[in-house]
Amino acid sequence: MTQPQTLGVPQRFDKRVRVASGQGFWGDWLEAPRRQVEGGDVDYLMLDYLAEVTMSILQKQKERDPNTGYARDFVGAIESVLPAVAKRGVRVIANAGGVNPPACAAAIRAVAQKHGVSDAIRIGVVTGDDLLPRLDELIAGGHPLANMETGEPLSTVRDRVLSANAYIGSTPIVEALGKGANIVITGRSTDTALTMAPLRFEFGWAADDWDRLAAGIIAGHIIECGAQCSGGNCLYDWQNIPDLANVGYPIVDGSPDGSFVIYKHPDTGGRISVPSVTEQLVYEMGDPHSYITPDVIADFTSIHLEPAGENRVRVFGIEGRPPTDSLKVSIAYRAGFKAVGTLVYSWPDALPKAELADRVLRERLDRLGVRVEHILTEFVGVSATHGPLAGEVHDPPEVQLRIGVRGPDKAAIERFTREIAPLVLNGPPSVTGFAGGRPKVEEIVAYWPALIDKRVVQTRVEVLT
Amino acid sequence: MKVRLLDIAHARSGDKGDTANVGVIALEPEWYPVLERYLTLDRVTQHFHGIITGPIERYELPNLRALNFLLHGALDGGGTLSLKTDAQGKVFSTAMLRMVLDVPDEEARAAHLPGMKAWPSYTRSPKE
Repeated sequence: MTQPQTLGVPQRFDKRVRVASGQGFWGDWLEAPRRQVEGGDVDYLMLDYLAEVTMSILQKQKERDPNTGYARDFVGAIESVLPAVAKRGVRVIANAGGVNPPACAAAIRAVAQKHGVSDAIRIGVVTGDDLLPRLDELIAGGHPLANMETGEPLSTVRDRVLSANAYIGSTPIVEALGKGANIVITGRSTDTALTMAPLRFEFGWAADDWDRLAAGIIAGHIIECGAQCSGGNCLYDWQNIPDLANVGYPIVDGSPDGSFVIYKHPDTGGRISVPSVTEQLVYEMGDPHSYITPDVIADFTSIHLEPAGENRVRVFGIEGRPPTDSLKVSIAYRAGFKAVGTLVYSWPDALPKAELADRVLRERLDRLGVRVEHILTEFVGVSATHGPLAGEVHDPPEVQLRIGVRGPDKAAIERFTREIAPLVLNGPPSVTGFAGGRPKVEEIVAYWPALIDKRVVQTRVEVLT
Repeated sequence: MKVRLLDIAHARSGDKGDTANVGVIALEPEWYPVLERYLTLDRVTQHFHGIITGPIERYELPNLRALNFLLHGALDGGGTLSLKTDAQGKVFSTAMLRMVLDVPDEEARAAHLPGMKAWPSYTRSPKE
């Protein structure tokens, strides 16, 4: 990828840019995008839809219907913020395009037309991350796409690959903004680039301004999980966090020097504090010295946080360094089948009853000759989440027996699902909680992280007017 | 003196493949050195013995008054392969907070560490 020195507008040192987070994953609060644009002035709305295996789900949808393959929630989100985009100049950046950004753009265009504002909408579409059509060519060309965890070459699962997308950085988004897009749709952009790109564009940060780019990435990391930095899932003083029902999603108030303030709209619930932001900073952290992105490597040990008023935290001092020559590739492949069955056993002796049911089930599977690659039993209410660390639980009112199996043989997994319900009548007593019926057999779509030479990934930007 | 990690730190955890990460954050600035000195790789490895299958890495972030631990082989294969309730390692944080540290009395007093009480059902409200 060629990196232009400066793509954005000329620098102004008094300028501030506000980027609001409206979606932390596909399935996040539907109210959040609208609340972010109506609760106060913001310049950008950032919506993150893609988790590691989302791309494969979207790829399956696209195979069934070539007009799908993107995050459908995004259409409703845009509809809910359309007045702000069309009349108030709020710009939206989202990785909602999934494996089909052009189809996503068409759906957004249709919504704009329906509301009579298509003249005010300019959709930027970023493509080039999808490596699936090029996979064989890449492997033949000496790119093994080896699994970053196991070292195995992709050729071992090639025939089972469902999707393959390079994580792309901020440059194509900056380019789309430069071309006047007010809704930018990408495929597998990194979550953090969605926030960093508008800051880089507005402040005119150069492509080698490592410290500021790193600051933009860390701003993105803080708000990419939505309310998880503003009081949601916050352990610190959780019982005193106010009004979570009305939780405010976070907003980055960025400055040209790379420092920024995390805040939320007035009259919203939740809490933004140094501890709440710190919890989000350490979330999914690897080696803190090297948070690697396509644009820059950010150093989390350089981050400084300070309180800056009620529900405001200032972040500064961030350092970055040049990125690697590789891009991470997210590959999804079919990896067999799984099913999870549950039953609930009541007091007295809930745990011994559940343990007996587990032994009975396993013995039956054994006698039936049902072979699975892996079986896991958990006792929810006793040891499911903390295992032996939980210590002894004395005669609890109920215990949920939870048994999961996985393996390559679908018939074996199917057979397992037929062995749960019978236990209600032919197993240990005091059993309930089977109303959900037979467990569902799911195909496992597993994640294969790999690296690829940056130079073979060419992104393209198109702005539809 | 015995000091519960729950009384001096808060935490959040997440996943990357079959690895769970646990960030442990001091509740008070003066308690971070205690974490740095006594929440060691050895102690944490011992705590999770038999629960995870791989090694543990430990990183220090004095700027955030936090330690980050990477627990490899923690998630039954991780992601969609995992059959665990906690396939994404979301509550490894609280499993970590079950730890009890041994801190010399003098050091514990100097840092005003809270002593052992009955296990509370919630996190201590820190002083602001």
